[in-house]
Amino acid sequence: MNNLLRYIIGRTLLTIPMIFILLSIIFVVVRVMPGDPVSSMLGGHAPEKVIEQKKEELGLNKPMILQYGNYLLQICRLDLGNSMIFKQRVIDAIREKLPATIELTFFGMLITLLVGVPLGAFAADKRRSAQDYSIRLFGIVIYCIPVYWLGLMLQMIFGIWLDLFPIAGRTGARVFVAGFDWSGLYVLDTIVAKDFTAFKDVIIHLVLPSVTLGLVLSGIFIRLTRANMLDVLKSDYILAAEARGIRHRRVVYKHALLNAFVPILTMMGLQVAILMAGAVLTETTFSWPGMGRLLLERIYLRDYPTIQGVIVVFALIVALVSLVVDIIYALVDPRVRY
Amino acid sequence: MKYSPTATLARIISRWTQMGKKYGIEWWILVAGALIIMGVILMAILANLIAPYNPHDQNTGPQLAPPSQDHFMGTDNLQRDVFSRIMFGARTILGVAILAAIISSIVGIAIGLISGYAGGGFDKILSLVMDSIYSFPGLILAIAFAAMLEPGIISITFAVAVIYIPTYFRLVRGQTLTIKEELYVEAARAVGAPGITILAKYIFPNVIATTAVVFTMNVGDAIMIEAALTYLGLGLPPSVVDWGMDLAMGKKFLPSGQWWLITFPGAMISLLAVGFTMLGEGLAEILNPRLLEH
Repeated sequence: MNNLLRYIIGRTLLTIPMIFILLSIIFVVVRVMPGDPVSSMLGGHAPEKVIEQKKEELGLNKPMILQYGNYLLQICRLDLGNSMIFKQRVIDAIREKLPATIELTFFGMLITLLVGVPLGAFAADKRRSAQDYSIRLFGIVIYCIPVYWLGLMLQMIFGIWLDLFPIAGRTGARVFVAGFDWSGLYVLDTIVAKDFTAFKDVIIHLVLPSVTLGLVLSGIFIRLTRANMLDVLKSDYILAAEARGIRHRRVVYKHALLNAFVPILTMMGLQVAILMAGAVLTETTFSWPGMGRLLLERIYLRDYPTIQGVIVVFALIVALVSLVVDIIYALVDPRVRY
Repeated sequence: MKYSPTATLARIISRWTQMGKKYGIEWWILVAGALIIMGVILMAILANLIAPYNPHDQNTGPQLAPPSQDHFMGTDNLQRDVFSRIMFGARTILGVAILAAIISSIVGIAIGLISGYAGGGFDKILSLVMDSIYSFPGLILAIAFAAMLEPGIISITFAVAVIYIPTYFRLVRGQTLTIKEELYVEAARAVGAPGITILAKYIFPNVIATTAVVFTMNVGDAIMIEAALTYLGLGLPPSVVDWGMDLAMGKKFLPSGQWWLITFPGAMISLLAVGFTMLGEGLAEILNPRLLEH
């Protein structure tokens, strides 16, 4: 246990420089690079005096190093500043949109696992057969299909032509009743509120976006599962299990797959970056009111504090997830701790 | 011997089949990828000659016409010919993706070599910075860059290039660390070869082969990122013909059923990305069979 604790502390300390570097990069991109937020916000025709006043207000005329210091201090206090366009704190805007993104990515990941892991395991079992090659080809192709285009095609087929699923938003206007946004995760909220009409509505709105996101990521998981399964299937205990006369299917899908699953779990953490990029695009395609949409809407409005805030939150999530995954890995696999 | 196109073709095909027997399915994946890429490159080069209409011409036929004999891929809301726009759009996406991959590979390889060879605190800090960028979602970083820069070919190329630098850095640095311990490098150092000569003559040639595979895969990825940025309305001014922008425009006509406006640009983006990925996969398996098995 002592070792585990030491590992967790060490790993957490390592996250700090990573977050610091990411925050600095974001600062450089948003503040230091050419382009003047104030004049572009005011439309470029504003009088000099107004521009200066606005800059003063936002602290943009201070020396760069002071601005940088303030920026880091603000983030340490979890204060992401105020929107330049709306009378709203950036953190409030994010708090409102983050649950939508979490819900989408959670169900997307679920679909990925449900599609990717069984297909990858099956391909490994039938190695170098026609099934193996077709699954691998499917993996390559699905990975190369831009997530936004897959979304549009699914919208067209299942939303417009077959009219099975809604193509935009998180809920239909009719069933949406204010008051069930306890956590902002609508699936959870509707269950807590025992409102099953709303629950059904929320679920059918989730189908197309999460299938879109999940399918694109499943390509990676097919490959990962297949590669890990191939390693595991070569090991002695699999041979031993086969020799004891346990049915082949049971050996592959129980003994082998369970053992191949640990590395797959850690890979899930590494995919979080791809998952988030995919979520940004999926949200745009499906008018899903999450962080990605917030980021883009504010980019069009040139609301720099919000843009910066959203990217900072993305960075924090990436750092946090990789930390959590490493800790889980250490818990599951004792070799990591030593 | 007299030149005969059929005999040449037969020779090429028999050579390919031989390679196919030697390397198996991976060889055919590589060939398929290469053929797709060659097709799109040809399309881009010959766009002037083959395209039936000018991609900007707003008077090619009826508005929003479905695919027909006159308009192989239909027309858009501004009466422009979709097929001609696809052909010219290939230039933009190929140009940006390949140029971005070239820039990031040059920068990434250079700092990877120097960092790996120099070692010490400089190497530690640079590695930490690169690892941090690597862990961050590339698309979101590219969105940030593209949003801050004036729209244009150079800006979008830069935005796409930045996110791949860490990929090359990590690969090259790792290999440099191993290679610099080799005897021949030590020998070169012993006879007094300066660092730059050792890097250029002894280390660089040994890392270039693996970067070729990564480069191909990168172009495939860069294609999707470029199209994603322009789909989101970032990076390029509206005057440029681009698949991602056409896709974003076609999205507006999805509810009214004009399927051809999204189907063709999206299919082309996918096809091109699949081409580069297949070429990369094939190369990786053939150059280093152990790379993908594990």
